[in-house]
Amino acid sequence: MVTYIIRRLIAAVLMLVIVSIATFSIFFVIPRAAGVTASDFANRYVGVKGATAETVKATAEKLGFYDPLVVQYGRWVKGIVAGSEFDTGVDVEHCPAPCFGYSFITKQPVWPDLLDRLPVTLSLAVGASVIWLVTGVATGVLSALRRGSIFDRGAMTVALAGVSLPIFFTGIVSLVFFSYKFGITAPGGSYTPITENPAEWAYDLILPWITLAFLLSAAYARLTRAGMLETMSEDYIRTARAKGLREPRVIVKHGLRAALTPIVTIFGLDLGLLLGGAILTETTFSLNGIGKYGVHAIAVGDLPQILGVTTVATFFVVFANLAVDLLYAVVDPRVRLG
Amino acid sequence: MSEALLSVDGLQKHFPVTKGLLKRQVGAVKAVDGISFEVRKGETLGVVGESGCGKTTTGRLITRLIEPTGGKIVFEGRDISHMSQGKLRPLRRDVQMIFQDPYSSLNPRHTVGAIVGAPFRIQGVQTEHGVKRAVQDILALVGLNPEHYNRYPHEFSGGQRQRIGIARTLALKPKLIVADEPVSALDVSIQAQVVNLLEDLQNELDLTYVVIAHDLSVVRHISDRVAVMYLGKIVELADQKDLYKSPMHPYTNALLSAVPIPDVKGRQGRERIRLQGDVPSPLNPPPACRFHTRCWKAQEICKQVEPPLVELATGHEVACHFPENAPAKGDAPAEAGATA
Amino acid sequence: MTDEHFLDVKDLRIHFPTDDGLVKSVDGLSFHLERGKTLGIVGESGSGKSVTSLGILGLHKGGHAKISGEIWLDGEELVSASLDHVRSLRGKKMAMIFQDPLSSMHPYYSVGDQIVEAYRVHNKVTKQVARKHAIDMLDRVGIPQPERRFDSYPHEFSGGMRQRAMIAMALVNNPDLLIADEPTTALDVTVQAQILDLMRDLQRDFNAALIIITHDLGVVAELSDDILVMYGGKAIEYGTGADIFERPEHPYTWGLLGSMPRLDREPTERLLPIKGSPPSLINVPSGCAFHPRCAFEPRTHGKGKSEVPELIESEGGHLVRCHLTRDERRAIWETEIKPNLEATL
Repeated sequence: MVTYIIRRLIAAVLMLVIVSIATFSIFFVIPRAAGVTASDFANRYVGVKGATAETVKATAEKLGFYDPLVVQYGRWVKGIVAGSEFDTGVDVEHCPAPCFGYSFITKQPVWPDLLDRLPVTLSLAVGASVIWLVTGVATGVLSALRRGSIFDRGAMTVALAGVSLPIFFTGIVSLVFFSYKFGITAPGGSYTPITENPAEWAYDLILPWITLAFLLSAAYARLTRAGMLETMSEDYIRTARAKGLREPRVIVKHGLRAALTPIVTIFGLDLGLLLGGAILTETTFSLNGIGKYGVHAIAVGDLPQILGVTTVATFFVVFANLAVDLLYAVVDPRVRLG
Repeated sequence: MSEALLSVDGLQKHFPVTKGLLKRQVGAVKAVDGISFEVRKGETLGVVGESGCGKTTTGRLITRLIEPTGGKIVFEGRDISHMSQGKLRPLRRDVQMIFQDPYSSLNPRHTVGAIVGAPFRIQGVQTEHGVKRAVQDILALVGLNPEHYNRYPHEFSGGQRQRIGIARTLALKPKLIVADEPVSALDVSIQAQVVNLLEDLQNELDLTYVVIAHDLSVVRHISDRVAVMYLGKIVELADQKDLYKSPMHPYTNALLSAVPIPDVKGRQGRERIRLQGDVPSPLNPPPACRFHTRCWKAQEICKQVEPPLVELATGHEVACHFPENAPAKGDAPAEAGATA
Repeated sequence: MTDEHFLDVKDLRIHFPTDDGLVKSVDGLSFHLERGKTLGIVGESGSGKSVTSLGILGLHKGGHAKISGEIWLDGEELVSASLDHVRSLRGKKMAMIFQDPLSSMHPYYSVGDQIVEAYRVHNKVTKQVARKHAIDMLDRVGIPQPERRFDSYPHEFSGGMRQRAMIAMALVNNPDLLIADEPTTALDVTVQAQILDLMRDLQRDFNAALIIITHDLGVVAELSDDILVMYGGKAIEYGTGADIFERPEHPYTWGLLGSMPRLDREPTERLLPIKGSPPSLINVPSGCAFHPRCAFEPRTHGKGKSEVPELIESEGGHLVRCHLTRDERRAIWETEIKPNLEATL
């Protein structure tokens, strides 16, 4: 077990390194190959039109854009691990670890920006996940038990709609109706930190939660239904009934328990993915989370920000994966880690 | 005695077991651990044993579906133990395998014609009247309606599917057919049909069989000679008549005694030998004689010295320190007397 | 024979409506059984033998199956009883052992917990008391170190140990009726022998009525007092072990005996199989369900195809469902079948 965790941790770190190299390559190496020069990069920092060639060159030198790419990557990683010093010309600025560098555009360090936005994404993802898990699993179980009934068919039709309708559609439609027409939910762009006012926090987020949960609970309902149909036809369900157990106990303790295992796996991965930024939801509801931050960074080509967001997103996915595998071993005694 | 079509010498197959950070090999499942036997032209060799005895692995080794860890497999004078897949291609025509499950071993998306005809196409065999005609001839041979050429496996019953599986193996006129539990998935009344079919085909086509099964009655009915396996070893190998009439190895005795007899008269009178416990794990088999943990005749020597497989009567080989029904020393063949 | 049997099944029918038609899995089945006695039900796939056993436990109740007839257990009728009442009898008065002990036990719970659960459904006791009782049961069915094995999971047991644990679970409430559906089919032959011995011993100790359902005539012969041979959802022959093995009268029973190679006799040159395959229950042949496969059908003068034969007493409780007359059947057995089965004796 311990060796397994160590092995998985090493693999997780390795994964982070690989993804960061890939991202680094995409934004630093490929543009070079396409003819973008170090000066062009530097130009982004200097930013002002009409900066002299010397200024640009000096900036590029200072930022190390002429160094070999390996050195640049190493410096970037070192910044994350140990922090780094930036010579602004006037004085030396210390950027504490984890330092993801400075934005090309705002000249602000990336990490505090990310920290600012993390609670928004976290609130959105966790709140929505509770809703979709409860509604999705409940719907799936009921559908499976009443297979072929009107409830089942209705639920599965809605689920199909949920899976197929994009967030920017459901999100905007619900905003139009619930916020602007009926005024029962907060308008887009509202966010109150939970530490300030939990009720306000929930009120502001309820619409994004439901919209996001609608999409995912649809998928979970279908998954749970399929899983329940399978487990309820297992031999051990027959055994449980032959013992004289009451049906609710057979369904929950023997059926659902086994059917939930794959759902736990997917749930971990979905949550990990969302923590790295729920791009569509955040954009639709104008929430300043990691996802919206990332989209903006890509739109303006702010490389340090892009790298920061990808790294954080990868971190969540990789560790969600690890958590899922460990959880799997806890849930299913047949799974042996090692 | 006719010549050997296949001979196996000291055959081993160990599956490694790994553990830890660096996937260190910590042990091996010794599925087959040094067995020797030969299969003579035109005979049926039965291989019996309980789960984990290595009989299925043996079947997969002699058909070279897997590569042995050690030992030698010689087919028609050629050593095929470590032949590459490319070189094995011609061998695939001569050695065919029938599988246990007639449900999962046929591709549900292919027609019977495609399944039975596949070997022709794969091996690029030219047929006189075209592949279709050849396939229909084979279907008739195994007792299926040739007009069912275009049907799919799911349209057939279990017994018919096993016939399709047999037809597929016959397409290229193999010399050796290895059948792994060919009837155990079938209903009783269908088992008999398939057993009879296998016997008829053997007579008509001059086939040689290795039949691997757990059912001692079926193996007795179909085999000329029988090998009994236990935890990767052959413990007894003899003519069918000798083995069932005067088994020498205690394990063989126990196996035979455990088979329930469909008769109410004999059930009180029969002498029963009941083995205690289950078969030990092949990952960590008992030392020396592997049967000693369950054997009622075991003595100190059984825990320390592994008994070799020796010929105690003509054609009757046993690996036991205290064989039963063994002839007096003087009757045994000379070489066996020397080693014993 | 008394009027009231411990278990008395009368004209049981279990039909399943499907998209392809009505599946008559069990179609007019009657039999009875006393405490301490064993009934063997023999049949091939689709004969209705497993559906019968689940039907007695009421496991088809509340589903889409159509059930009629009567099942009297210890003076109580179960077909008309409420689902909840039948449920309360399950596991307590009647229990079941299944074929594959690995898939029949829940993979996520320890063996001991599953036995405790079975005990506590019917007994209001603390977990500690139930645990002790479960350990006693594990010990009783021959599981070594039951205290330690209590917390093991099913996948950590060998096949034989798992089946012992299943038996412990079935017997934990001291049931009066035990149904074993192919209890040894998934096991190795030496382990099968152990389990059959165990079941014989336990039945004697518990004085339960035992129904053993199997395709293996050898297993049936080992344990049964009475034997019921099923084909196409109906009983085609019903009698004592001696009736079935020494003077069988139905062509299907002859076919089963002829299909089995036997260790207790000299090998015959050829097996004597039944032609064709067991019928699909959606499309049961007209008349006698066995007639398309019956070698003696021509001797029924067309009745085999058109009329369903009745289950009629041949002699002393030996019932046979066949159009041939008793004398015809006996003559065929003595002159045409028996000599072939013992050809080289």
